[in-house]
Amino acid sequence: MSNVESQVAEWRAYVEHAPNVNGRDVDELEGHLRDQIAELDAAGLTADEAFIVAVRRIGDLDTLSREFAREHSGRLWKQLVLRDHDEPTRETSGVFEALLFAVAAAVAIQIARIAAQFPEEQAGWLLRNVSLFVLPFLAGYFARRRRLSLRQSLLTAAPFVIAAVVINLYPFVEGSATELLVAAHLPVLLWFVVAYPYMSGVLRSHERRMDFVRFTGEWFIYYVLIALGGGVLLALTSLILEPAGANPERVIEWVLPSGAAGAVIVAAWLVESKQRLVENMAPVLTMLFTPLFAVMLAGATVVYAVTGFGAAFDRELLGVFDALLVVVVGLVLYGISARDPSSPPGWTDRIQLVAVVSALALDVIVLAAMIARIGGLGFTPNRTAALGLNLVLLVSLSGTAWLSTRFLAGRSTFHPLERWQTAYLPIFALWAATVVAALPPLFGFI
Amino acid sequence: MHIDKDLVAASATPLVLAILEDGESYGYAILKRVRELSGGELEWTDGMLYPLLHRLRRLGYVTTEWRTPKEGRRRKYYAITDDGRSALEEHQRQWATVTRALGDVWRGSGGMMIAPGEA
Repeated sequence: MSNVESQVAEWRAYVEHAPNVNGRDVDELEGHLRDQIAELDAAGLTADEAFIVAVRRIGDLDTLSREFAREHSGRLWKQLVLRDHDEPTRETSGVFEALLFAVAAAVAIQIARIAAQFPEEQAGWLLRNVSLFVLPFLAGYFARRRRLSLRQSLLTAAPFVIAAVVINLYPFVEGSATELLVAAHLPVLLWFVVAYPYMSGVLRSHERRMDFVRFTGEWFIYYVLIALGGGVLLALTSLILEPAGANPERVIEWVLPSGAAGAVIVAAWLVESKQRLVENMAPVLTMLFTPLFAVMLAGATVVYAVTGFGAAFDRELLGVFDALLVVVVGLVLYGISARDPSSPPGWTDRIQLVAVVSALALDVIVLAAMIARIGGLGFTPNRTAALGLNLVLLVSLSGTAWLSTRFLAGRSTFHPLERWQTAYLPIFALWAATVVAALPPLFGFI
Repeated sequence: MHIDKDLVAASATPLVLAILEDGESYGYAILKRVRELSGGELEWTDGMLYPLLHRLRRLGYVTTEWRTPKEGRRRKYYAITDDGRSALEEHQRQWATVTRALGDVWRGSGGMMIAPGEA
């Protein structure tokens, strides 16, 4: 029997190396194998024969691995085994393609900068349009990479054209609040437009939406890393140039906009092709920052619940709170997308719930203060945008808190919680679109 | 008789849920039951059962637990949930409709002859 033992051990080691099959799956499969061997043994087969028949019945490993991948799309995304079947990837052309789009974005933003004479002149149109000089190239990059059909490519381009027409036909008062709101919300809206080519035009798929959330989180991490490196490089460059009598500000003026625009596409390419690099880092970062945010939010909630906002509640503070809540929702969303849906509730889920509930409480406090302010002073573009954003976040956080409590209480699986997140994504896009398209005319472009 | 791959795949979920409705079970025992029920006609690749069971778990149709019975080795037991039961009922409705429709059409066409000159 020891011969079979060593054969089973060998088989196990082999299966463990298969992509998408994890340790617990192998335990289960090994149990199955042993049951089968025992039964065949009892039926009179020799140990070796029993082993061979049992292994054959389990099926070939490639198919099995792919089947596991189909079920655990989180693992699939790590291994990308389905790629070879669904969409063949071209290995070498990826870099050049990405660089081409990155350079195009860098040139486009530079032309816009020169046309606007930035930074000598602070043209409002440049601020409004800045994302329109960058994100179409990202969308184009994905349209090519995913080999979209002509119709799908046109559908990708249409929102960019419409957005460009709308925000440039609107007669904004120079430096008005609505113009600033458009400048802040258009990039968000256009990011959701990029989702269309990213998901190969399949917008309804829950799994692909989750992939896009993961992509967003990882893209952000890469972008921050590139920005940090670029910052160091620029700082050193100016230190070196200054003694030589050159004006470093002129250099930065040229390099910074192009670098920032090109990095958007380069970061996307990194997420696409250097997947393994970030997949080890991203869950660690979420695990690190979710508890820190939970503590910070819980503290802030207690403080503001006790003291109230009083006179300190002004536009800046409101902006800070909204930014904080958006970050928390983003962190939770990414945390959920990076989690293995089949694992049981753990401490990270509890901490995440603390963060969500605290954010929810904080949101309610902010909303109460804002409604009081609107009651006293009336609606302005900023207050309307903030009120809407807070309501959108309130619903999102409430759903997350409720479903996550049910999950932790063992009354449901993780699945509804994931579903809620992906189902809610269009609401964010819709709200950004409302601010961009509807708010300016409502308030007379002031 | 060889049963078409797609048909095997389509019947897998209701079959597994129905077996689990008779009581909790583990992978190997479920497969044995499938063979018994179909008289060995439904040929499953054993390994494929597990991704299916994981899917049922994710959808909340079954719960799982690793347990070691008195005599025997550690196994992962699957038990059906209320959600799983209602999914099974839905499957039963669908299959009943399909088999009824097929039955009707086959009974109907059995007596009919194709007109000469056509087909």
